[in-house]
Amino acid sequence: MKEQLQKDFDNSIKNLSLSQKDIEIKKFCLENFIDKGFPNKKEEDWKFSDLNQIIKNNIGELSFYNDQTSTNKVDTSVFVDGLEHNKIVFINGRIEKIDFEYEKKDQIEIIDQSETINEFKNSNSLSDLNNAFTNKCFKILVKKGYQLTKPLIIYHTTNSKIWSKNINLRLNFELDKDSSLRLIDLFNDTSEKNFLNIFYNFELKENAVLKNYKVDRFENKNIKYSFNNIDQDKNSISETFILSSGSNFSKNEINCNLNGVYASAFVNGVFSLNNDKHHEIRSIINHLTENTKSYQLIKSVLDESSKAVYQGKIFVNSDAQKTDGYQLSKAILLNKESEFNAKPELEIYADDVKCSHGSASGSLNEDSIFYLMSRGLSYQQSRELLINGFLLDVVEKITDSEIKNLIKNMIGIKE
Amino acid sequence: MDNRQKEINNLKDYKYGFSTDIENIQAPKGLNEDVIKFISNIKKEPEWMLEFRLKAFERFKVLKEPDWQKPKFPKIDYQDLYYYSAPKSMKDKPKSLDELDPKLLETYKKLGIPLQEQARLNGIAVDAVFDSVSVATTFKDELTKQGIIFCPISEAIQNHPQLVKKYLGSVIPTSDHFFATLNSAVFTDGSFVYIPEGIRCPMELSTYFRINASNTGQFERTLIIADKGSYVSYLEGCTAPMRDENQLHAANVELIALDDAEIKYSTVQNWYPGDKDGKGGIYNFVTKRGLCKGKNSKISWTQVETGSAITWKYPSCILKGDNSVGEFYSIAITNNHQKADTGTKMIHLGKNTKSKIISKGISAGSSDMTYRGLVDISSKAKNSTNYTQCDSLLMGNKCGAHTVPYIKNKNSESNIAHEATTSKISEEQLHYCQQRGLNPEEAVGLIVNGFCKEVLQQLPMEFAVEAQKLVGISLEGSVG
Repeated sequence: MKEQLQKDFDNSIKNLSLSQKDIEIKKFCLENFIDKGFPNKKEEDWKFSDLNQIIKNNIGELSFYNDQTSTNKVDTSVFVDGLEHNKIVFINGRIEKIDFEYEKKDQIEIIDQSETINEFKNSNSLSDLNNAFTNKCFKILVKKGYQLTKPLIIYHTTNSKIWSKNINLRLNFELDKDSSLRLIDLFNDTSEKNFLNIFYNFELKENAVLKNYKVDRFENKNIKYSFNNIDQDKNSISETFILSSGSNFSKNEINCNLNGVYASAFVNGVFSLNNDKHHEIRSIINHLTENTKSYQLIKSVLDESSKAVYQGKIFVNSDAQKTDGYQLSKAILLNKESEFNAKPELEIYADDVKCSHGSASGSLNEDSIFYLMSRGLSYQQSRELLINGFLLDVVEKITDSEIKNLIKNMIGIKE
Repeated sequence: MDNRQKEINNLKDYKYGFSTDIENIQAPKGLNEDVIKFISNIKKEPEWMLEFRLKAFERFKVLKEPDWQKPKFPKIDYQDLYYYSAPKSMKDKPKSLDELDPKLLETYKKLGIPLQEQARLNGIAVDAVFDSVSVATTFKDELTKQGIIFCPISEAIQNHPQLVKKYLGSVIPTSDHFFATLNSAVFTDGSFVYIPEGIRCPMELSTYFRINASNTGQFERTLIIADKGSYVSYLEGCTAPMRDENQLHAANVELIALDDAEIKYSTVQNWYPGDKDGKGGIYNFVTKRGLCKGKNSKISWTQVETGSAITWKYPSCILKGDNSVGEFYSIAITNNHQKADTGTKMIHLGKNTKSKIISKGISAGSSDMTYRGLVDISSKAKNSTNYTQCDSLLMGNKCGAHTVPYIKNKNSESNIAHEATTSKISEEQLHYCQQRGLNPEEAVGLIVNGFCKEVLQQLPMEFAVEAQKLVGISLEGSVG
């Protein structure tokens, strides 16, 4: 793999106009990655999902160079109907379109930040990989007091032109004081056997509101890793919703730093898996100052030989008195072969806090099925009704009603 | 004069802080094959036992000290420890209690275990361990009548080799982790219990541990076998004299329950926790593991951990037999600079297996406490259930409380439920108690005892009273 990395790196550097210093940084990151390799189960954070092994078994040899000189045609049929929205379109890892047609032009700034900055706390070798190979990096700045009128949808599209490739993406967002952004990530893959490595960095200033919805629902054979770093100032709110379903393997990491008082973070997730899929959500909420709040709810329905992992951590600093932290994960195992692993963790250094977590996993309740069947439903109908209700609970947590309905329609959950 | 006063004050802090002068026979310092042979030789062990030790030592040489635990400690120089020390007067073993070294007896008296009285009044057979050699075993006759074997493990090796050979290392093999393997190589003594088929042990079996000689790592080995349909309740209680240097304690406890058998293992641990500034104290790195080998068997661990500078242990149950049950009840209290990383492992292998975990952690002062546990339901463990509850109570803003549960469910017909909370004693509760005339310290004691009640209830009567007092004593000075 080392030669391949080196060769692909030289190729990708060649096409970029980078300063000597930037090249040095990228080289440094590459060496770090070569040194550490893909994370494996010996690392505590990857205990339940051995990425190194998964890539080996599903992809085999990866190549890292993406020729991004020619443009891809944007397929408008993937766009969401019936909801006016702003767009960013990625095709095979290349930014094809940034379009804020519904917003005031002077309130949003798009800054080209292609120089690599490695600011991620909690980083792993994948952030080095990302740093070494991302060639375009934009920062989207929402200016003071501006609230986007329409949501922004980022389309992550891959097509059959690429296979066995590693795609690295990076986006930075800054939400200035009193601003707000609704962001939907939609994954649409018709490619096979690629490894997507996505890093987002969010900076929320005072009173800013971020709502991020990640929807991965189309069947595909890709492997995805996504890392969100969220820094939150006073009174800011972040809401993250993850629908984890389509890809062969997917790991979503949320690292949230509550730096300002009265900041709050919400992480909600749904796993709906079948067919040997293996998905993970790992969240780390760092309560760093007093009067901060976090709430997490993760629900899984696992069929066939699928596997879901939830690792959630609530960290409370000794200054973070009056913290309120809550975490709940529930799983229904539908098949003998399915598996659910959880590691809900609390690390607490302050005494005046309210922190709790709960985790439960098991089969569908036979008594409930019996109840429904005795009222005339078939076994299959009862099962579906129960699963529907189980998942609806999480979807109902979405605070934006427009998007809530959109997501309900997408996954066919009825009220 | 000042120094003297200080010493007295120090002694006052720790109720059991004293050491007796008894000459020791010691193995030469350090760890090598000769020392292991020396131990084996002095214990007059058969060849197979020495082989067992040497096999473990071979393995130990390639192992590395683990470092994933939360409480960090200065590196231990394993070559700078004495691996064997025995009171000299033990060379010719006394036949009865009256023949014991009067100084030894006095030590026990200070500890509050007057052997004769306690044995007679409480109906408890006491196998007291002074440093590494069992001193006296009482009530042997009554137990022998029932066919129960309760003796030091060194005696069992000689008198019941077939049992020891069959079961020793069957739950904690010589190829286990670092400290367990070290114990397998150099263990000096401990208790051996065998309950024959269909016998319900008529009394609580009990061992009191004491660590005495300085610089002696104490390596106890306990092996309890409950044959088909039998029942035994075993008590372990510990105190240690005051020492400035950290002392390592790496015991191994193996429990084996055959068909329909039940073992109840209770521990009250109150070793020297170090002084107020975190100096000194015992390192308690114990490996405890129970195997529910037969159908319908049950193993229950109850522990009250208040002592030691560092407590690092995970009493575990391997639920191999169908319908077997594993239970874990724990109270861990840390104060001043104490650290604890404790919890349990429940490994479900058989069908219809059940496990229950109740863990209560209280941290005060500048201490740090971690619950770390594993619940693993394998794909074959149909219809199994687990319930876990771990609650932490924080007192003061310099301490920490952490919960790190690992939950693995590979069986769709099995259910796991886990709950954890962390909080402090609410002002309302305190106010309510004080309104009714309790002072703040009493109020906290009452609330904490209520918090721990679920676990305290599991202890045998004699222990429950002692433990309840201990909970209060451990938290003295942490309020306000």
